[in-house]
Amino acid sequence: MISWDLVANAVVAGILLGGFYAAVSLGVSLTFGLLDVVNIAHPAFVILGAYAAYMMNSTLGLDPILTGVLFTPLFYAIGAGVYRIYYASFERRGEESLRGLVFFFGVLFIIEVALSLTYGVDYRLVEAVYIGKSIELGGIGIAFRLLVPCVVGLLMTLALYLFLSRTFYGRAVMGVSQDQVALRLMGADPVRIKTIAFGIGIAAASLSGALLITIAPVVPSTDRDYIGRVFAIAVLGGLGSIGGTLVASIILGVAESLMATLFGPSWSLAVSFGILLLALAVRPAGLFGR
Amino acid sequence: MMRLRTSTLPGWALVGAVAGTLVLAGAGVLVARAADPIRIGLGMALTGGLSANGKPALMAIRIWKDDVNKKGGLLGRPVELISYDDQTNPATVPGIYTKLLDVDKVDFVVSGYGTNLIAPLMPIAMERKLTIMGILGLANNEKYKYPNYFQIQPSGPDPEANWATGFFEIAARQNPKPQTIALIGADAEYPRHAIAGARELVKKFGFTAVYDKSYPPSTVDYTPIARAIKAVNPDIVFVASYPPDSVGMVRAAAEVGLQPKIFGGGMVGLQFTTVMTSLGPMLNGIVNYDFWAPEATMMFPGIKEFFAEYQKRAKEGGVDPLGYYLPPYAYSAVQILGLAIEGSKSLDQQKVADYIRSNEFSTIVGKVRFGANGEWAKSRVLQVQYQGIKGTDVEQFRVPGKKVVLYPEEFKSGNVIYPYSAAQK
Repeated sequence: MISWDLVANAVVAGILLGGFYAAVSLGVSLTFGLLDVVNIAHPAFVILGAYAAYMMNSTLGLDPILTGVLFTPLFYAIGAGVYRIYYASFERRGEESLRGLVFFFGVLFIIEVALSLTYGVDYRLVEAVYIGKSIELGGIGIAFRLLVPCVVGLLMTLALYLFLSRTFYGRAVMGVSQDQVALRLMGADPVRIKTIAFGIGIAAASLSGALLITIAPVVPSTDRDYIGRVFAIAVLGGLGSIGGTLVASIILGVAESLMATLFGPSWSLAVSFGILLLALAVRPAGLFGR
Repeated sequence: MMRLRTSTLPGWALVGAVAGTLVLAGAGVLVARAADPIRIGLGMALTGGLSANGKPALMAIRIWKDDVNKKGGLLGRPVELISYDDQTNPATVPGIYTKLLDVDKVDFVVSGYGTNLIAPLMPIAMERKLTIMGILGLANNEKYKYPNYFQIQPSGPDPEANWATGFFEIAARQNPKPQTIALIGADAEYPRHAIAGARELVKKFGFTAVYDKSYPPSTVDYTPIARAIKAVNPDIVFVASYPPDSVGMVRAAAEVGLQPKIFGGGMVGLQFTTVMTSLGPMLNGIVNYDFWAPEATMMFPGIKEFFAEYQKRAKEGGVDPLGYYLPPYAYSAVQILGLAIEGSKSLDQQKVADYIRSNEFSTIVGKVRFGANGEWAKSRVLQVQYQGIKGTDVEQFRVPGKKVVLYPEEFKSGNVIYPYSAAQK
């Protein structure tokens, strides 16, 4: 017999997990979905952000999420720099499809190796007052370790949505994904717009890394666990749709959580990717894709 | 005669010269051979998921090499190590060992770290009749029964079952005896073996399994699992997990208030210093397997000197700063190989294997004797309980009393605090 208490707890846990997944996937939605850049190194930047949070937490005792926020300008600059190299080396020459992919694989490995050499390969965790604590509201247990990343993930989604829909640069990013020539005719430089958007994508990745290390320990190779997941969420949500990314994240989070609670956790990933296949069969452009 | 003599003398001189040259050349060869290093090769996880253990293991093996070379090497020859990064990828193992054997011409090979990385080495070792020292793999030789395989992990003759025997014995000794158990493990090589062994022990000790599930290793949130286990209210929770999952399960148990009477069993990762210092008091009460603890009962000859050197190198190497889990066993694996080479006075694979099979070795992890399947003749998987941990200071883990050895009896250093919740107060 199904316990509704368990189901309710699983749904809430799934939503919390979904909020975190959204944070990790937003950057991919932006770079892959809108800019058409297959940034396979995105999860490596997530881990880089996680190590930045670890470094500040272990040396200065700084809260990991606060560190994540403080480091976003730096990661924005790194992202902008990486895009400029990518543009000059591949995109400008029209060689971005395969060679660009290899480039980002290279970036991924360089980040992994650099982290291994700098911090070693031990598991790294952070300490924060909210880790290991939970509250219970009406029989629903909520772990702060998941609640805080979920709230930050939702705020990141909202901020990115407002940026893309309400600001000049945001609209220009949306425009660059549709028609670069038209954008140029409007007096905007597509390369500059893409540089800004890519920088924002990497800044979002770094902040989500701070959320990740709050939830689970990381090693330099943790990024590989997330490559499939973040691209699956971006595709399921509909490429370039920020709202779609959030919805897809929550669908996958709730599916994983319900399966783990009610039928056994070994089915959770299979069901999540089954949902992805089913959704793409019905809506090939993703849930909110155009 | 004169002609004969004149013609013969230069002939003798020539023969003498040639013979002398050959003798000198032969001596030269002998001298060169004596100076040639004995090469030991291995692949090790220096990157990828198991690198947190692979790097300290390689560091320990290098310490052994330096120790041996300081004492004049083996059979009067220096020891040279050749290692490659297997990237925690079993697919790289056949290539690495083929290169070690055919290109680098190593004299002996040692396995990489972990069950998954030892498995692909087994067919190569068997085909080439190698003596193979395994570094912490669970039940790798159970299917093959290869006689020249030796595993340094102290699992014992029945590795799957022996792995958790202590945990179940401790649980069964409690009064009133716990009745129900939940089994949870990752969908991966080691946890599958550990859970398979635990299922046998559930039957043997007369417990009732009320939850028996596995989860994908990439799981992020463990609270739904902890909550599902809490819903069936088991007396015992046995977990077989890798480090990220172990951390996830311990935190999730604390967050959802999962409070069985005994919790733990086969969690990899709780032995690592960074994990211990991060989880801190959340560890209190957990009963888990381990291989070494800084208790008086575990102070074997040479272990203090080893840790002094390891901890010095670990600071620079960015690896586990205490190194209590894997490094002494990695050291002991090559220590046994070295003792067998010296003892058999040979580099012949079979002679060395025969020597290892028929002798007991004094190592830094104590006396080691191997059984018929290459596992330790007698299991020495410890069950420890974390007790009295306050805060996250690393220094507390250097002293006795924090990881109390409960099992086996001969190494016992304290008593179990039962139930789990009592140790958390």
